[in-house]
Amino acid sequence: MNALAERAFAYDYAVAECGSLRVTIGAAQAMLRASGALWLAAERALVVADLHLEKGSSYASRGQMLPPYDTRETLRRLAAEVTALTPAIIVLLGDTFHDRSSEDRLAADDAQRLRDLARGRTLIWVVGNHDADGPRALPGEVADELSLCGLILRHEPQAGLQPREVAGHLHPAARVRATRGSVRRRCFITDAERLILPAFGAYAGGLNVRDAAFAGLFARSPLAGALGRDRVHAVGWRSLGPD
Amino acid sequence: MADSAGLPADLLPPRFADWFASRGWSPRAHQLAMIERARAGRDSLLIAPTGGGKTLAGFLPTLIDLASQPPSNGPTSLHTLYISPLKALAVDVERNLNAPIAQMGLRITAESRTGDTGISRRQRQRVKPPEILLTTPEQLALLCAWEGARLYFENLECVILDEIHTLHASKRGDLLALDLARISQFAPRMRRVGLSATVDDPEVIKAWMADHAKGGNDTIDLVRGPPGAEPVVEVLLSEGKVPWAGHTAQHAMQEVYDVIAKSRTALVFVNTRFQAEFAFQELWRLNEDALPIALHHGSLAAEQRRKVEAAMARGELRAVVCTSTLDLGIDWGDVDLVIQLASPKGASRMVQRIGRANHRLDEPSRALFVPANRFEMLECQAAREAIAENKLDGDPPRLGALDVLAQHVMGCACSEPFDMLRLYDEVTSSGPYRALPWEDFEQVVDFVSTGGYALKTYDRFRRIVKGQDGLWRVRNLETAQRHRLNVGAIVSPAMLAVRIAMRGGRGGRKIGEIEEGMVEMLEPGETFVFAGQVWRLVAVTNLDVLVQPAPGADPKMPSWGGSKFALSTYLAKRVRQLMYDQAHWSVLPADVREWLEAQRDRSLIPEEDEMLLETFARGHRQFMVCYPFEGRLAHTTLAMLLTRRLERMGRGPLGFVCNDYALAVWAIKPLEAVDFAELFDEDMLGDDLEAWLAESFMMKRAFKGCAIIAGLIERRFPGQTQKSGRQITFSTDLIYDTLRRHQPDHLLLRCARDDAATGLVDVARLGQMLARIKGRIRHSPLEHLSPFSVPILLEIGKERSPGHSGETMILREAEEDLIAEALQ
Repeated sequence: MNALAERAFAYDYAVAECGSLRVTIGAAQAMLRASGALWLAAERALVVADLHLEKGSSYASRGQMLPPYDTRETLRRLAAEVTALTPAIIVLLGDTFHDRSSEDRLAADDAQRLRDLARGRTLIWVVGNHDADGPRALPGEVADELSLCGLILRHEPQAGLQPREVAGHLHPAARVRATRGSVRRRCFITDAERLILPAFGAYAGGLNVRDAAFAGLFARSPLAGALGRDRVHAVGWRSLGPD
Repeated sequence: MADSAGLPADLLPPRFADWFASRGWSPRAHQLAMIERARAGRDSLLIAPTGGGKTLAGFLPTLIDLASQPPSNGPTSLHTLYISPLKALAVDVERNLNAPIAQMGLRITAESRTGDTGISRRQRQRVKPPEILLTTPEQLALLCAWEGARLYFENLECVILDEIHTLHASKRGDLLALDLARISQFAPRMRRVGLSATVDDPEVIKAWMADHAKGGNDTIDLVRGPPGAEPVVEVLLSEGKVPWAGHTAQHAMQEVYDVIAKSRTALVFVNTRFQAEFAFQELWRLNEDALPIALHHGSLAAEQRRKVEAAMARGELRAVVCTSTLDLGIDWGDVDLVIQLASPKGASRMVQRIGRANHRLDEPSRALFVPANRFEMLECQAAREAIAENKLDGDPPRLGALDVLAQHVMGCACSEPFDMLRLYDEVTSSGPYRALPWEDFEQVVDFVSTGGYALKTYDRFRRIVKGQDGLWRVRNLETAQRHRLNVGAIVSPAMLAVRIAMRGGRGGRKIGEIEEGMVEMLEPGETFVFAGQVWRLVAVTNLDVLVQPAPGADPKMPSWGGSKFALSTYLAKRVRQLMYDQAHWSVLPADVREWLEAQRDRSLIPEEDEMLLETFARGHRQFMVCYPFEGRLAHTTLAMLLTRRLERMGRGPLGFVCNDYALAVWAIKPLEAVDFAELFDEDMLGDDLEAWLAESFMMKRAFKGCAIIAGLIERRFPGQTQKSGRQITFSTDLIYDTLRRHQPDHLLLRCARDDAATGLVDVARLGQMLARIKGRIRHSPLEHLSPFSVPILLEIGKERSPGHSGETMILREAEEDLIAEALQ
């Protein structure tokens, strides 16, 4: 990818008033939200990846008492997006639960919050490696992958160039470098052909986009959409460093 | 009490008296006094300078007691426990103690036990303890967390705490005080013996080490050693060459080299690792005689440090450039000069460092202070005078930290079931926790058990559980084992291995380890000095810093390398006094005097208790420079808060810069008409501080430290050997953000706030300073910049410390770069 980095590709992007980054994936218009969610306005679809609900209690069951607030924090952020956008469809793009027994550990009020979010709209669980079976008691449809706005939505990005694919799984994060220092942020990453979403979960960590796991996925040096406080910052490959 | 005249003559048994005589020595008064105190069954604190036979004084009562016991073939039990803050010191004392034991033909076993001791020896020591065990606070915490700790310590007669002055005011000191209270329960007869260098107020140390269930400070007798010869301290004047700013003292290197060439062995102390590397480079550049000059600091590979120490012990070196890693430790008799390169920061630390020269009481220690700039010249003179008058800075007494207490409570449960009320009484018998409210203790126990969350969902995962008998015990063996792997109150920063870059981006030979934060200052392609050579940074991979040799390149010197130690309150006061007292300026070299006179004529010199504040325009910017002399940390906090206020006042502040003496803020609009009394009002420590602190990276850093010590986050897991700060599998920043929103009063957030307030942002000091200058701000409106303001203005633009700069600014700048790239 370094050889490609020498010739810059002029990405077509714009910052919307709400702080979102407007980009084109294949032929589809996509809004990359500062929350880390994807908004496909044509279908009024809100897409979020890697919620990892109940990661805190998963660690607690093994003796590390992480604060039990990750699920409600993640759902609070999701609810804020739902209020702002009133989507017709919510797509959970896999690894919604941290492990296979997460749904059983869900607090009653958190489960109710999820049901409330699903009410009056379509909720689709695209299943991932952590939650291959989908929900047991919670509402929603289960799918391995999904076509929407001419895009293919699946949890794990497939190897090689995959035009029109939208995926999660890798938890992309960017180390953004400037003359005064560097910051590490979760990010979207796209080459205008495919898009990988950042993890949405409150405790979900990030993998640096310069990691080998991202190699070979993009046709050209990709553009990162780094999540700032209230907007997404478009950052080019040459401003991204290793950790 | 230091006089032996009043002591009974038979204090020393014949075998010991003969031994002293055979060495040509006679026992010193304080050594006899310690025997006498032990005979009376009293706890004691011995205060004596280095080289006074202090350690032997601590051990003599034990040796006499053990020598008088009839020989027995039964198993030995632990008689005396010795605790040293340094592993190397424990090993050294083992050697020094075994010499007289062998020479007197005593049958006494004395062994060290540190993290470096082999597994088999450590296991044997648990089953069959030596009579004297020499160890560290961390190993003691571990011993206390083992099952059977009560039996192990039940016959303990004495605990000796060495170099207390370096430990008591820290989290390691908190942990040690708790373990002291613990073993007192196991061994009610145990005497406490403290050994300390000269301190400002012995009562503070007494309070730390005393048993407060038995009468506190009054239970401890103070024994003072002879004062020793006055140290001879000089300040290098470098007439006509003292620079306006900088931290490297490059101007003085030839003089420093010449002094080293004239001495037998010199220790050259600096304040940071970068300074150590720089000074080492410079001295070797001048080293035409090829004098054996070595380098020693915490980033070097351990084997390299051991090599330097061994060469030093053999008397093969002429100088060692070192950081605080050599502040205390092994006795090197041959050191005859201590050089302090750059600012001393505090009188007590200097006395400690100077004590490293001439470990013989009758000969004075010699020291040379080398200021790196003009303000440091004032600071060095003030430190020299403070030392001559025997005035030291005091450590403020501290309250025991709750994250440390959490670790201790878990350790207690791992050792044996505990009753909550009795454990509370035990904890509050220790110095740092003597004022601990019951509610806090309850909170800590709940934290240890379930994490202490208002949302009670973790009850079934409890780490400690209360049984039918009302006692708390650890959940299972695995939980106990994991706790023992994570004992200790030292949180080291994440370290990266520095390796030579090989083909294919792989790392080759390891040169040493470097703190993560230091690497963040460097960009690939930039050069820096490390382990005495110049390297070019190639890349940073997950755990490795890949470098190539770059001999001859001009290495980059990060400008933040001022000091990690803040200027002590006491020394700052003396600097202000020296500055104000014009009759006193004669001790300064001519160029520094002229600089002060120019300041007096063009701006003003404030009175001793005033704070000078200057305003002037320069270029398109409006400047405000003030000189509180309270250290970089307090200044940075102050600057953050002032900027917020100036923003609200509509002055449009653009940036700031701080050093140990001053801070400068610049803005779009003129600042001379600002109401400074309002700007500097103490109420800034209320909401403004809270709002800024909650978001600051310092809170996140403090939180991570507390989370590790309290056991919320484990550093090590069974079966895993690699030690690296990076192995935490989730980001503590994410946990901090979530916890702050959903339970802002959580115990660990409280701990983090206390830590940040006393350490990283120094709120306490800022509060005292704001009270001090209330109504005493001397405003000097100027046409041009003043002589005093030059050093701080020279630092603008050089500063690039991570975290201080706005994160949003970085993202915006990278975005502009993308736009520029697209428009190319």
